[in-house]
Amino acid sequence: MSDTVLDERDIALTVNGRPRRARCETRTNLVDFLRHGLGLTGSHVGCEHGVCGACTVLVDGAAIRGCLMLAVQADGAVVETVESLADDDGTLSIMQAAFAKHHALQCGYCTPGILMTLAEVERDDTVELSEDFVREALSGNLCRCTGYQNIVDAAMDALTAIRNAKGGTA
Amino acid sequence: MKCGPFRYHAPTELGEALELLGGMDNAKALAGGQSLMAMLNLRYAMPDDLIDLNRITGLAGVEEEPGGVIRIGAMTRQRVLERHAGLQHSMPILRQALLQVGHIQTRNRGTIGGSLCHLDPAAEQPAIALLYEAEIEAASAARGSRRIGMADFPAFYMTPAIEPDELVTAIRFRPWLGQVRHCFLEFARRHGDFAIVSAGCLVACDAAGRIERASIVLGGVGSAPLRLVAGEALLKGEVPGDAVFRAAAATAGDIEAMDDATYSSTYRRHLAQVMVRRCLEKAFASEEGAAAA
Repeated sequence: MSDTVLDERDIALTVNGRPRRARCETRTNLVDFLRHGLGLTGSHVGCEHGVCGACTVLVDGAAIRGCLMLAVQADGAVVETVESLADDDGTLSIMQAAFAKHHALQCGYCTPGILMTLAEVERDDTVELSEDFVREALSGNLCRCTGYQNIVDAAMDALTAIRNAKGGTA
Repeated sequence: MKCGPFRYHAPTELGEALELLGGMDNAKALAGGQSLMAMLNLRYAMPDDLIDLNRITGLAGVEEEPGGVIRIGAMTRQRVLERHAGLQHSMPILRQALLQVGHIQTRNRGTIGGSLCHLDPAAEQPAIALLYEAEIEAASAARGSRRIGMADFPAFYMTPAIEPDELVTAIRFRPWLGQVRHCFLEFARRHGDFAIVSAGCLVACDAAGRIERASIVLGGVGSAPLRLVAGEALLKGEVPGDAVFRAAAATAGDIEAMDDATYSSTYRRHLAQVMVRRCLEKAFASEEGAAAA
């Protein structure tokens, strides 16, 4: 635009179970809004063009790239970030605990994105669990440290435990 | 990088979106955003106005019309299509191709109409649309709605033959009836990347087992997906088998292929032949390839 006009909107959304209202520039992407607007710095910003998966968050239950969606598009949505996974007292989720147990992270930069991709995956009981399935699901998350084997091991371990737990209560 | 500034519009009706688009000089329509948002972030795209189509009701969904045409709304997300039971039955090749589109995080947002309009030469959905000779519905405020055959839809490299005031509203597929062999294959350096070359085929045989009808598409080779018409003609009337598959695949050696810094046209033509052969072999080898397409 020749004359730079600040285009802003007020948005209201639910983030990690809490209703939030904030003003954002319309060009601000969702992950920047979560980090800078709401102070939720657990979601990371990597490539900013949809390749690395570090910014993955859930919007209405679906794992999406936080850098490829505008914050204003999440007006009215239910957003979940990595901060929602552990209990308030710091107790890790089953998946997080499995990541710790299997040494599924080194630098940890990609981990929030991977955990949120798996957060969508663990709610879907229709798919048969297999290493291939997990590798396919994680194909959109780049990790430059681990070589993925420990991530896949952790994910298989936790997904199996989560399924078993669900089966037990059904 | 971050997006440059733009004025953001979120119409809730198609008519409103078309009015906006018709009255603007440098506007972009935002569908799923899995290509455009990246281009905005990198400032390859610098629109003055961004028209977000995601709040428009009625642009997403799959409906079967009387007469067997399946009409897919332009804003239908790829993840919805890959999980659609009806489509899995009537056009299983669509799911096979969609599972090779990006990753679950991008398919959760990406739309079929967005992919068609972005028109990457190697993209799966334009290739499938061409394979089926789908029709594209486009609408403008000034001239109403019209249909464009997929063969005429690409104007040139990554540019659809729609006017600046038009939006794609739906894609119309006519599934093949009966027993149809199908396969969609890609060759890429990394999983989820755009293919260097992709190949798709639909093949129907008559009661005697001879090929009655064949459609072969190649992606990533030309500036837009292309049909391997010579190969299709060679297959017709033949009994499926290795020799005839090789002969059909060899016709891909004559097509005009793109040349860039990474992959030469010679390499693309070679790969096109390999991929067509593999695609035909797989269509007839697997149980999955035998399902209705």
